[in-house]
Amino acid sequence: MLKIEGLKASVEGKEVLRGIDLEVPAGEVHAIMGPNGSGKSTLGYVLAGREGYEVTAGSVTFRGQDLLAMEPEERAAAGLFLAFQYPVELPGVGNANFLRQALNAVRRARGEPELDAMQFLKLVRGKVKALGMTEEMLKRAVNVGFSGGEKKRNEILQMAILEPAFCILDETDSGLDIDALKIVAEGVNALRSPERGMLVITHYQRLLDHIVPDRVHVLVGGRIVQSGGPELARELEAKGYGELQAAA
Amino acid sequence: MVEVLDAPAAAGSDAVAHLLDRARGLAERLPGARHPVVAAWRARGAETFASQGFPTRRVEAWKYTDLALLRETRFEEPILAADIRPPLDLEEEEGPLLVLIDGRVRRDLSAVSHLAPGVAIASLADLLRARDEETVAGLGGLAPETLPLPALNAALAEDGAVVRIADGVDGGTIRILSYATARAGHPVAFHPRHLIRLGRGARLVLVEEARGEPEAFAWQNVVSEIQLGPGARLIHIRLQDEPLSAVHTATLAVRVEQGAEYDSFTLIKGARLTRNEVHAVLAGPHAALHLNGAQLVDGVRHADTTTVIEHAAPDCASRQTVKTVLAGRARGVFQGKIHVHRAAQKTDGYQMNQALLLSPEAEIDAKPQLEIYADDVKCSHGATVGELDLEALFYLRSRGIPEAEAKSILVQAFLDDAVSLVADEGLRERLHAETLAWWQRVEHGG
Ligand SMILES: Nc1ncnc2c1ncn2[C@@H]1O[C@H](COP(=O)(O)OP(=O)(O)OP(=O)(O)O)[C@@H](O)[C@H]1O
Ligand SMILES: [Mg+2]
Repeated sequence: MLKIEGLKASVEGKEVLRGIDLEVPAGEVHAIMGPNGSGKSTLGYVLAGREGYEVTAGSVTFRGQDLLAMEPEERAAAGLFLAFQYPVELPGVGNANFLRQALNAVRRARGEPELDAMQFLKLVRGKVKALGMTEEMLKRAVNVGFSGGEKKRNEILQMAILEPAFCILDETDSGLDIDALKIVAEGVNALRSPERGMLVITHYQRLLDHIVPDRVHVLVGGRIVQSGGPELARELEAKGYGELQAAA
Repeated sequence: MVEVLDAPAAAGSDAVAHLLDRARGLAERLPGARHPVVAAWRARGAETFASQGFPTRRVEAWKYTDLALLRETRFEEPILAADIRPPLDLEEEEGPLLVLIDGRVRRDLSAVSHLAPGVAIASLADLLRARDEETVAGLGGLAPETLPLPALNAALAEDGAVVRIADGVDGGTIRILSYATARAGHPVAFHPRHLIRLGRGARLVLVEEARGEPEAFAWQNVVSEIQLGPGARLIHIRLQDEPLSAVHTATLAVRVEQGAEYDSFTLIKGARLTRNEVHAVLAGPHAALHLNGAQLVDGVRHADTTTVIEHAAPDCASRQTVKTVLAGRARGVFQGKIHVHRAAQKTDGYQMNQALLLSPEAEIDAKPQLEIYADDVKCSHGATVGELDLEALFYLRSRGIPEAEAKSILVQAFLDDAVSLVADEGLRERLHAETLAWWQRVEHGG
């Protein structure tokens, strides 16, 4: 479903991704772990199409399409979703309107009819409740004045509404309390399906106890230095990245 | 008859001489010409304009706005055109409506017949012809007629809206529509004078719109004098959406008496050149003033909001939020002066002006100015100039929202904390729709 080959990318003239090969087939969940500054978020941004991240080599194929040639909104319409490590605050933009505009943009791109305010409200209510959020949070400006955990839940709410084919979760677990972590993990698991792929970036085994990955990759210094099954995450938690960093 | 002086060489330009010629030629014919007080008022205006001419950028208040376009154009009289109907659905909304075409009240297009008791709407020209003493006495009472543009207005004012709400009366909503017509190759100028007076405890929502035929090269030099009696409340919405070839110079003078409230929002989205000047006086204790607005400026347009707020009495509050969005090679100006007189203890003043630059070639000049002579006051002001937040733009696009729509969302969001200050939902929605329409024009280069 997602195939990354020899991907190199620079930020501000500095090479951050230094040759990444990674394939996530439909139906699988892959985890990416790695020390701070190793390029995990950069990989997410490059896949989502953020400006300022210059791809210098390699290719990314998503559902048979050349992902890197697409605009960010086209990638979203094609089914790619990035849950941000640091969700962006949008003062003056109402959360409900934002969610509806996003959903309708994606529906338009998919050739589906748009939802009016009433239809949308019906859809969103159930999801808000399932994620332990309040409807009051829909009335506020996007992420403005949200606590760290509320911002993360809001990311998952967007994901639940847009129902993307491929989800990249960038440290969605950081900032969540134990109960919230469970709720969010349930939200993510609810989206797991044979047609859907996921890339879960995290520092902690904790999240992977709830969202059990098919594969775990270790990103150090802009390269994947080790890959393995779910047990690799547990090993890393015990040993740290010391040895791998020395090797990189 | 009072004599109109010749322009001295110092102020001399062809355009000034031409305008003074017109004032001379019309002096006998303008409404109220035979009333000595009116005639003297007009003569004073002509004299002031003759001695000063058009303000130049050497004058502090005009440092950022150049009137070369006015100095270089010979504006003619609007032709009386009884056949013109603005292409607007005038019946779409309820309530009284006064329509002015090229500065002249058109009774046939207006709806001012079945007014509630205590509500009066009339044409200034009619009232002056009828020698209405109350109207005559009100002329020039508030406007800063030592300044050249209001002075020129006095010299040439032919018509305008006169609105009076009696003590304790709720006047509901009154609309004034000003429409400029096209005269290919004939720039026209008109100088409406509006007199608005609310009695003690009276209320009114006044919605003013300025529009025109797409090609109209019209210069509207309007003066509004607004008097709010004790405890009165006026909500004043102004929408300036004149053709892109038009010039709009507005001088609004408002006096807010004890416990009264003037709550205004001005949206500027049209005209090649706009100068929106407001002189407000908080004249009695516990008076309140809201001078909010937005300037949406694109292409080669120039929009200037210049306000002077006089806190002349204690315990008054003034609030001002002005947002300017600039695209293309547009120029924006905000000059905001708050003058707290020695007597105005416990003044609460707030001023915020913010600009959003959507293009590297757009520019804003902002000059806040606080002059405080009382010692127990709370005055704050802030100013920001920024560009579109690229991170926010990416966030929206990453959710599938196309770039143009994402930008529109961010522009609306920028305007939101000004537009949201309009309490009435219907009016707020209309202003919101107007800002969206402006953005569509910018996006589609139309
Ligand atoms: N906009 C930028 N300007 C300059 N350097 C950047 C920029 N974005 C990322 N970098 C650098 O790229 C490297 C990788 O950053 P990235 O955010 O991808 O790390 P990460 O693996 O997500 O780290 P963390 O675990 O702390 O979230 C870091 O050294 C970072 O400083
Ligand atoms: Mg990161």
